[in-house]
Amino acid sequence: MQRRLQNINYLDLVLWLIRVSIIVIVVWGSIATLSDNPYSGRNWIDFIVFGIAQGSMYALIAIGYTLVYGVLFMINFAHGEFFMSGVMTATVFVAGPLSASGYLDRQPVISLLLILAVSMLTSVGVAVLTERIAYRPLRKAPRLVPLITAIGASFFLQYTFRGLYGSEVKPFPQVEALSGKIPFLGTELLESQLVVIIATVIMLVGLYLFVMRTKTGKAIRAVAEDKDVAALMGIDVDRTISITFALGAAMAGAAGVLYALVFRQVHFFMGFLPGLKAFTAAVLGGIGSIPGAAIGGLFLGIFESVGPPLFLDGLNVPAYHQLKDVIAFTMLVLILIFRPQGIIGERLAEKKA
Amino acid sequence: MKKMLFILSVLVVASMVLAACGPAGPAECTDELGCAVYGPEDPIRIASALVITGPDAQLGLDSQHGVEIAIAMRGNVAGHSVELQAEDDGCNAEGGQAAGQKIVSDPSIVAVVGTSCSGAGVPMSKVISEAGYVMVSPSNTAPSLTDPAQAWNPGYLRTAHNDKVQGAAMAKFAYEVLGLKTAAAIHDGDPYTEGLANAFRESFESLGGKVVAFTAVSKGDTDMKPVLTAVAASEGGAPEFLFFPVFTAECAFLAKQTKEVTGLENTVTAAADGCFSAAAAEAIGEAGNGMYFSGPDLSFSGDTYTTFKEQYNTLFGSDPISVFHAHAFDATNMIFDCIEKVGVTSDDGSLSVGRAALRSCLYATSGYQGITGTLTCNEYGDCADPKISVSILENGEYKRIWP
Amino acid sequence: MNPEKKFTLRDAVNQGLIAGLITSLISMVGMVELFSKRQLIANLMTTAQVFILLAPALLSYQSARKSAKNNALASGAVTGFFASIPIIVLVLLASAFDLRQFLVNVSPNLISTLTFGQGPVVGSLILVAINTLIGLLAAILHQLDEKIRNPILTGLLWTLLVGMFSEILQERLRAFFGISFTNLIIRSKALQPTVAVILLVGITAIAYFWGQRGASFSERIANQSATQRRNMIIAQRVAFFVLLLAMPLLLGTYLSEVVNNVGIYVLMGLGLNIVVGFAGLLDLGYVAFFAIGAYVMAILTSEGFLGVAQTSFWVALPVSVITAVAAGIFLGTPVLRMRGDYLAIVTLGFGEIIRIMANSDLLKPFIGGAQGVLQIPKPSFFGTSLIQPGQLYYVVLGGVLLAWFVSTRLSNSRLGRQWMAMREDEDVAEAMGINLVNTKLLAFAIGAGFSGLSGAIYASKLTSIFPHSFNLLISINVLSLIIVGGMGSLPGVVIGSLILVGLPELLREFAEFRLWMYGALLIVMMLAKPEGFWPSAITKRELHAHDESIPIEEPAAAD
Repeated sequence: MQRRLQNINYLDLVLWLIRVSIIVIVVWGSIATLSDNPYSGRNWIDFIVFGIAQGSMYALIAIGYTLVYGVLFMINFAHGEFFMSGVMTATVFVAGPLSASGYLDRQPVISLLLILAVSMLTSVGVAVLTERIAYRPLRKAPRLVPLITAIGASFFLQYTFRGLYGSEVKPFPQVEALSGKIPFLGTELLESQLVVIIATVIMLVGLYLFVMRTKTGKAIRAVAEDKDVAALMGIDVDRTISITFALGAAMAGAAGVLYALVFRQVHFFMGFLPGLKAFTAAVLGGIGSIPGAAIGGLFLGIFESVGPPLFLDGLNVPAYHQLKDVIAFTMLVLILIFRPQGIIGERLAEKKA
Repeated sequence: MKKMLFILSVLVVASMVLAACGPAGPAECTDELGCAVYGPEDPIRIASALVITGPDAQLGLDSQHGVEIAIAMRGNVAGHSVELQAEDDGCNAEGGQAAGQKIVSDPSIVAVVGTSCSGAGVPMSKVISEAGYVMVSPSNTAPSLTDPAQAWNPGYLRTAHNDKVQGAAMAKFAYEVLGLKTAAAIHDGDPYTEGLANAFRESFESLGGKVVAFTAVSKGDTDMKPVLTAVAASEGGAPEFLFFPVFTAECAFLAKQTKEVTGLENTVTAAADGCFSAAAAEAIGEAGNGMYFSGPDLSFSGDTYTTFKEQYNTLFGSDPISVFHAHAFDATNMIFDCIEKVGVTSDDGSLSVGRAALRSCLYATSGYQGITGTLTCNEYGDCADPKISVSILENGEYKRIWP
Repeated sequence: MNPEKKFTLRDAVNQGLIAGLITSLISMVGMVELFSKRQLIANLMTTAQVFILLAPALLSYQSARKSAKNNALASGAVTGFFASIPIIVLVLLASAFDLRQFLVNVSPNLISTLTFGQGPVVGSLILVAINTLIGLLAAILHQLDEKIRNPILTGLLWTLLVGMFSEILQERLRAFFGISFTNLIIRSKALQPTVAVILLVGITAIAYFWGQRGASFSERIANQSATQRRNMIIAQRVAFFVLLLAMPLLLGTYLSEVVNNVGIYVLMGLGLNIVVGFAGLLDLGYVAFFAIGAYVMAILTSEGFLGVAQTSFWVALPVSVITAVAAGIFLGTPVLRMRGDYLAIVTLGFGEIIRIMANSDLLKPFIGGAQGVLQIPKPSFFGTSLIQPGQLYYVVLGGVLLAWFVSTRLSNSRLGRQWMAMREDEDVAEAMGINLVNTKLLAFAIGAGFSGLSGAIYASKLTSIFPHSFNLLISINVLSLIIVGGMGSLPGVVIGSLILVGLPELLREFAEFRLWMYGALLIVMMLAKPEGFWPSAITKRELHAHDESIPIEEPAAAD
């Protein structure tokens, strides 16, 4: 016991040192920035709004990671590609022609719903196929094996879609109805960002209710808890896992359309980074938990947007926006040192992980 | 087992002997670096080493298309057809080195068009140079590559302009033509964009302007609004001119989002040739109206470029997807011209091209009329016509306005 | 697949449609067109045609294998027939509409390749005929006796492989036997038809006779006395080392370069194998130490303006390794309490942080930022600068042998056993008195050391380094290769590197499809061999622990 305590003391000392030094840098940088005060209050509100809009998208993608992780304990590296495949297909086959014919501007709501439907369906199709071909046969394999197939699937899908649609950046048409600005707390909010935030909230709440209130949702939770017992209870495990993948991919497909609305261009490589960020967000919030994914996404989005100017501007770091991922990952390390199970993750996750 | 061992050792010894003897060069070749020899029916082989995988693939594919069109339009060179060996430089140092080693292990390759990325060009030029080959890059712009004190190696040339030229041209245009006194520059951490942004900053400041913000985003970033908001809130006030010499994806994000950020509504935006293509114009869309682009001056080339574009469309189904196809086209033709000049055709129709002769012929290129301008190489291989033009984007069309 | 389930006609049709869809996909992403001009066998067969016919042939073979003996031929033919349907649909659609505005690679050239240049209608008929024939042939092949079938398959496979790798073979033949002889065999990458036939027949014959005498041969080995066996093992080892040392002479410049690249990854793989394979700590940011090793080497030795010391390679090498070890301990400490996927994401974060910092304007004055560090000299050995890949090979080989030695010693040591105990269950390991903190930190430190060594050699080999070279893909690649090779297995690391680093390098011809193939390869290999190509004895036992039909082997041959 004595020895063990000593061990912990040494480790705790180091961890505390790390915590303290990160916090000192953060606080010092913030004070320096604020006393210098290069940004107005309005700028800060802007930063936060940008962060929330970006974070909403991370949250929607993170849901897919979290759902799949919940039932399979597997990091689905190809999830970013589900996101890309839907919106790429919708852009090439639907949004492009609709915009060229002028229908998009005449009937924006119908067009957007159509685009959304195609995007979600494609993502779901790709996800279910991927699950069927690449993951299902490996249910019983060692834990890292599905991770590698997922990486393989990620490359394969990326380059398949590049082969299909070409390597260039494809424009997503601007929707006139969503290009305005709305006054908000002394600053202006882009309508497209507002749509993103509202749509995210609706979808997250819908998903939460689905998982908590419906029979299928119950089945998903049962499979997440224990596959064998769930099977004994008469739940078709394979089908439930497929549904989980489909749900996650549908969210990713929707996120893809929101992404395209805000950023107005798509590319075969666009899934990689958001996928990585969403994965980070899922872990940050506590992987396996739906509210966790939402909160993790928002946290990450806000840190990325507010962090660089707040912490680094005052320290006279050149080109500090380059370092926003450094801030995001440092925050991740900091939070996981304090709470190894993520912001609202269950203690349980640690044991299974 | 002993038998196998014996066979193995015989094999090893035999291969050592064979390797030591090596293939002797043809008797008639007197070139100090050796010759590339082609039989009467053999095609002349050139290699390309461009980035054709990964996120920057369109940059390299576009250049590769330029090479392929040059070959198609040329037909025969010195009475031989031409075969292209397309390699991938991966846009990174190890890719460039591996591609270089592969190329120099093939004695039938006479010259190389490549690399796309300066990062790949540095190690590759070393390999190519040591092996006595020659390379002409259509899109390396890093100043270090033609600086003998840094990374220049004999046998390296380029038809792309040095970053210094383009950055200075844009600064001059902003300061003198548009009369803007404050500017900001954003790069994306790529050696190319970082070099260009730096060159712009230096020139703009030396002209007397003030650079209020010099910052960077990361490749793959999508939400540029925080950076732009920070630029708008710079100490010297929002810049009148914003230069972001990044590639298509990030460039389009920056162009679109600049219009959405409060404080930058009236800022004049500009990008460089990484974002100067029909595909980029389409990706930027309406937000690009009134935006300036610096790039090679393609306007006076007239007919050749029109034919070139038609060829591009028939062969690859789209307008050029990036900007360096023209440089690649010129680089390939420069090589072909020199092959015709120094190649020795013997009676049976076989062709021998001396490598040192080819090198010195390329370095001696002067007044070559290409579609990127009149190319004249200096002793360190900078061949680009230092003419940079600035175009304005209006309704999806580029219009050249300066000089 | 459930073996009791009867294979019906519908299954055969489904197999055919799947084959057709695969072929259509290969066509639509542009691979067929890319290879439409590439002759595999001169004037007889292009690589594109192989791609068109490969999926139908394989799945017809499958159909024949699964169906009952008496209608195997019919199943094969049906599968082949239906394989042509999706392709014909694609051809007809592409002839009727301009699909190219959506799918950039559906070009007129592709359609003419798919229809063998005969126009959509006639071409489709030819396609049906050929596919059915191929299906039938595949089924017939399956019906043959195993003793004949396997040699034929071997022959086909090798002939195809020789055709695929003809470029490299051509270069080697030229170096050894001169141009005129090479042209008799391979001319501008295409095998000559007679050579192809000789190869096919020859390899089939060799495989046949080998199969015939295989039994008596292995019997003879089994009957050897202990001394004889030991002598043989020694002889094998000696032969292996001679081969290792003579490698650059056999391989020539380019292949030596490829081997060097593989070696750099083997070094990293051996390091990560300690962290992931032995200690079970999933590290996705392994590239960080590689980068640190490379940057230390670069800054210490560079002759450019960023170089601080201009020391020699051999002085800088230990410094790089020590720095990497220190970094391993430094980055390892905060993550000691994390497990599984939390560890994975945090280490991934560290990898990214290092890369971003190296690329940033903040550190540009010291380590060059985006412009990297140039003018790093190659290592020199007693005054000779090791410029050629064939010379550098020995440096890489030295590093790999060192890491291999350390790994083997460690895996059987007390520390190695502690790692494995920890990998199986941390709580139990701790209860058994294992000091988790030290054990984990040692794993991180040693793994980081190998990676730093690898990075240092890499920097010196490249002569210039840029932050982009240290991206997440390297970590992913190293992780993939140790899992493809077999977790915790040292020969597995080499096999994995050869497959995932060497093969893509040799398949440069595939250009923009290399990563596509890489992805497909990862999936297929993991589906076919989840335990990896050369699993360690322990993994093998674990995987088969549940089926008792396989006797549990003694781990005597453990790596």
